[in-house]
Amino acid sequence: MTVLTGAPALSFEGVGKRFKDGTLALTDTTLAASPGEFVSVVGPSGCGKSTLLRIASGLDRATTGAVEVASAQVGYVFQDATLLPWRNVAANVGLFAELDHLDQRERRVADAIALVGLGGFEKHLPHELSGGMRMRTSLARSLVLDPDVFLFDEPFGALDEITRERLNDELLRMFAVRGFTALFVTHSVAEAVFLSTRVVVMSGRPGRVIADVPVPFAYPRSPELRYTPEYAARCGDVSRYLRNAS
Amino acid sequence: MSLTTSVPTSTSVAPDPVALAPARPRVRRRIGSVVVRVLLPLAVFGVIIGAWYAVSELVLNPQQRFMLPPPHEVLKVGVLDGQNFSDMMSALGTTCKVTFAGLGISIVLGVSAAVLMSQAKWIENSLYPWAVVLQTLPVLALTPVFSFFWGFALTPRVIVCVIISFFPIVSNTLFGLQSAERSMHDLFTLHRAGRLTRLWKLQLPAALPMMFAGFRVAAGLSVIGAIVGEYYFKQGDPGLGTNLSVFTSRLEGERLWATVLTASLLGVAVFVFFGWLSRRVVGRWYQSNRS
Repeated sequence: MTVLTGAPALSFEGVGKRFKDGTLALTDTTLAASPGEFVSVVGPSGCGKSTLLRIASGLDRATTGAVEVASAQVGYVFQDATLLPWRNVAANVGLFAELDHLDQRERRVADAIALVGLGGFEKHLPHELSGGMRMRTSLARSLVLDPDVFLFDEPFGALDEITRERLNDELLRMFAVRGFTALFVTHSVAEAVFLSTRVVVMSGRPGRVIADVPVPFAYPRSPELRYTPEYAARCGDVSRYLRNAS
Repeated sequence: MSLTTSVPTSTSVAPDPVALAPARPRVRRRIGSVVVRVLLPLAVFGVIIGAWYAVSELVLNPQQRFMLPPPHEVLKVGVLDGQNFSDMMSALGTTCKVTFAGLGISIVLGVSAAVLMSQAKWIENSLYPWAVVLQTLPVLALTPVFSFFWGFALTPRVIVCVIISFFPIVSNTLFGLQSAERSMHDLFTLHRAGRLTRLWKLQLPAALPMMFAGFRVAAGLSVIGAIVGEYYFKQGDPGLGTNLSVFTSRLEGERLWATVLTASLLGVAVFVFFGWLSRRVVGRWYQSNRS
């Protein structure tokens, strides 16, 4: 993938965050993602990865530093699917579009449901779905917005290995179709390397960026990439940084 | 990377977990549930009737028997006698009127109060203690005040009914409105949803199961409230409570017990109705969501 120039789609400039109880979650974090980049963030538990996303989305405010998001619509996929249990798949997928008063809601919902492969399940309630399908619904809910920037907060952490890999493959396909900029927080080094153009490693609390590892593999990436020595080598690099981080 | 490998096409239907279960245990479970839901309560009913006969025939001597006449006497005099029966039905009609009016007002006032309290902590802090006080008020002591303002007919009865059934609606609705998880609220915050949108699309639907639980408790209480009201405010159409007071003073045990049982049946009917309504409205997503 070529290095994109111009203004970043998403940037953190010396961002720090201290919670009300005095805990310092982030300190002097500087990080930018160019349009069309897929940046993963890995780091030890409690290093402020999720806080970074909450700040980018506006759910939380940085104590110091500056954050810029060059996008009208930001997709945000949480750790849990956070579906409303009384709404069926189609109505859950349409929630954000509804809250933002977007036009052509039905078409957007139908497109997003098709893109995540949930056609035929529109009328199902969340409790009737598997964990993977719930996560697909959650993804579709943000895809409806056609966002330029997508924030992922360990979306596949609770899924089994096979479901996770399949959703990784499909996420890359969506990335290719929609061409968004992604900031993807995860615990899994394998997942980070497989998905990303760059993997950012953060230190333990208070979190800050300690390494920035480019992943040079071309897109589209085939599932077979996971079994190549080059891929294993990159995973090794990231893991070494991560071990020093904690 | 193909789309269609992992999920069925649009014509397929997701497997129903119940349908996947082997047939035999399902049948057995149904039989088991019939035993649990019908036969066991019937068996308890038999024990109660037996105990009733035992007290009436063995414990009480004939002079005392008016206090608890045996079941068949209650049935014969209190229910099967045509004039008594039609009197009781018209009293039941009056009591229903008071109950439904009281419960209706309670639901409207209770839900409104809870919605108001859910909007700001200071409103909750100012109002909620008074809802608790209202519930603990000895209503009977206030009957003279009520009659001063509203006379002795239907209005004060409805007011007693409201006071008695109000609290569970307020507390359950408020608790329900506050039950939506923080992550769900984040979704709405993220998209700058206003108070009304948040209330309508998140808090109220999330509160429904608890609201219905409150309605069920309030439904039973509203029957009690109506009867207590009728016991004291005797002008106008007689209700079941009015008759209870009359039959007590006349020592008409058979009609007294027939009225007591009718009142309790009314309570059960309202309770069951709200249970049914609750299953209709939230059963599809709530019960199965818990399991």
